[in-house]
Amino acid sequence: MEKEKVPQDKSNLTKNNVKELLYATDENGNYTTTLSTGWEPKTIALSNSIDDINERIAEAKMQVETCEASPICYYMELNKMDLTILASYVGLWKWRVKRHFKPANFAQLNDKILKKYADAFDISVEELKNIKTD
Amino acid sequence: MQVNFTHHQSAHCENGVASNLLKNNGLNISEPMVFGIGSGLFFVYLPFIKVNHAPAISYRTLPGQIFNKLASRLNLKIKRQKFSSTTNANKALDENLKNNIPTGLQVGVYHLSYFPDEYRFHFNAHNLVVYGKTETDYLVSDPVMETVTTLTHDELDKVRFAKGAFAPRGQMYYPIQIPKDVDLKSAIIKGIKNTCRDMLAPMPIVGVRGIKFVSKQIRKWPIKHGTKKANHYLAQMVRMQEEIGTGGGGFRFIYAAFLQEASVILNNEELKVLSKEMTQIGDSWRDFAVEASRIYKNRSAKEDAYNTIADELLDIANREEIFFKKLKQAIS
Repeated sequence: MEKEKVPQDKSNLTKNNVKELLYATDENGNYTTTLSTGWEPKTIALSNSIDDINERIAEAKMQVETCEASPICYYMELNKMDLTILASYVGLWKWRVKRHFKPANFAQLNDKILKKYADAFDISVEELKNIKTD
Repeated sequence: MQVNFTHHQSAHCENGVASNLLKNNGLNISEPMVFGIGSGLFFVYLPFIKVNHAPAISYRTLPGQIFNKLASRLNLKIKRQKFSSTTNANKALDENLKNNIPTGLQVGVYHLSYFPDEYRFHFNAHNLVVYGKTETDYLVSDPVMETVTTLTHDELDKVRFAKGAFAPRGQMYYPIQIPKDVDLKSAIIKGIKNTCRDMLAPMPIVGVRGIKFVSKQIRKWPIKHGTKKANHYLAQMVRMQEEIGTGGGGFRFIYAAFLQEASVILNNEELKVLSKEMTQIGDSWRDFAVEASRIYKNRSAKEDAYNTIADELLDIANREEIFFKKLKQAIS
C-alpha cells in the first residue's frame, strides 16, 4: 500500500484520539511507517459485532425478566464473556456454572459463590441478585 | 521509581515490545526485523474453537513465539516467569524496576482502561512494557499506543491475571543477556525458512492450505448457518484480520518491509522483488476486507456475493503459494 492511500476514516479510535501505525511504501517504493485514524471496513466489522453483543444482552435481560434465566446469564453477556471465560474467572467447572443459569438453582446459591460471581462481574452481590430494569 | 525507557509505537504488540526492549538494551533492531526473524507470519483455521461466537482464525503464531524464536536465532537469553499469586507477581515486577530493568508483560485486553471501550474484548495475548511505578500507578509503554500511558496498581493486577484462553498468569519477560555481535544474516535465513515451511505446510488447516480451506467454507456459510450467522462469521474474520495491525494486509506489509531490509543485509536483489510482490498480496488482502465489509454492511447475503469473496480468497492463497515457493528458492 502506498503512503498516500492509507485510509484516514472516522472510527471508534477517533474519539479517544488514538491512531494506529501502518507500514506503507513512499514515492520511491521504500517502506516507511505512517499513522491512520481508522478504516471503514474495520469500523463496520466492529460495530457489527457490538450490535451483536447488544442483541445478546437484550435477549438475556428479557429471559431474566421472564424467569427463564438467572441474572448470571445477563451479566455474562454484559461483560462480553462466554461460558468458558466465566467459568475460569469464578474457578468453577463449566457444568456448575451452566446449572447456575437456571433461576431455581441460582436462588439456592450461598453468599460465598455469589461473591465469586459478583467479583468476576465487578459488582456487589446485591446488584447481582437484583438486576436493574430500566 | 522510573527506569530510562524510550517508547516507539509499533503496528503489532509483540514485535513492538521485543523491538523496544532490545533497542533499550543497545541492540538496534526494527519491528519488521523482529517479525521476520521471529517468523510471525502464519495462518491457522480452527473451526472447532469459537472466539466471540465465531470460528477461530489466527493470522499469527502462539503468543510469545516471535520473541522466543528471535532470541534463539540471535543467541539472546530471555527470562520468562509466571506466577500463581498476585503478591509474588508484583514483588518480582517491583524488584525488576528497582534494578532498572524495563519488563515486558503478557496481559489481557479486557481491563486495559486506556483502550476505547469497543476494543476491550477477552483477548489475552497482548503485550506491553512496564518501566516505572508511582504511589498509585504503573508507568506503561503499550507499543500500539502513540505515547506512554499508565495503569493503576489494581488495573495492572487485573490485566496480568486475566482468565480464559491463553491466560497470562502474570507472565513477565526481559532479556538478561545480549551478545555484542549478533549474526543477522543466518538469523534472517532461518526466519524465512521457518515461515516458508509454515505457510506451505502439508496440513489442511495451516498456511496456504488453511486459507484455501476457509475459502471453501465461506461458500457454505450462508446455506449452512443462515444469513445472520454467516455475516457475523465474516465480520469476525475481518476483525481478526485487520485489527490493530494484526493479520491479513497489515502483516503482509510488515513482512514486505522485512524483506526489503533483508535484501540489503543479505545483498540479495531477489528479495527486493519479492518484497514488492508481497506488498501487492497485502493490497489484495485489504481488497478482500473491503468486499467482505460490503456484504455484512448491507446485511444481505446473496450466495453470489459469498462466492465472489471466496474466489478472491482462493486467488490470494494461490498467489501466496507461488510466492513462498519462490522465497524458499531465493534464499537457498
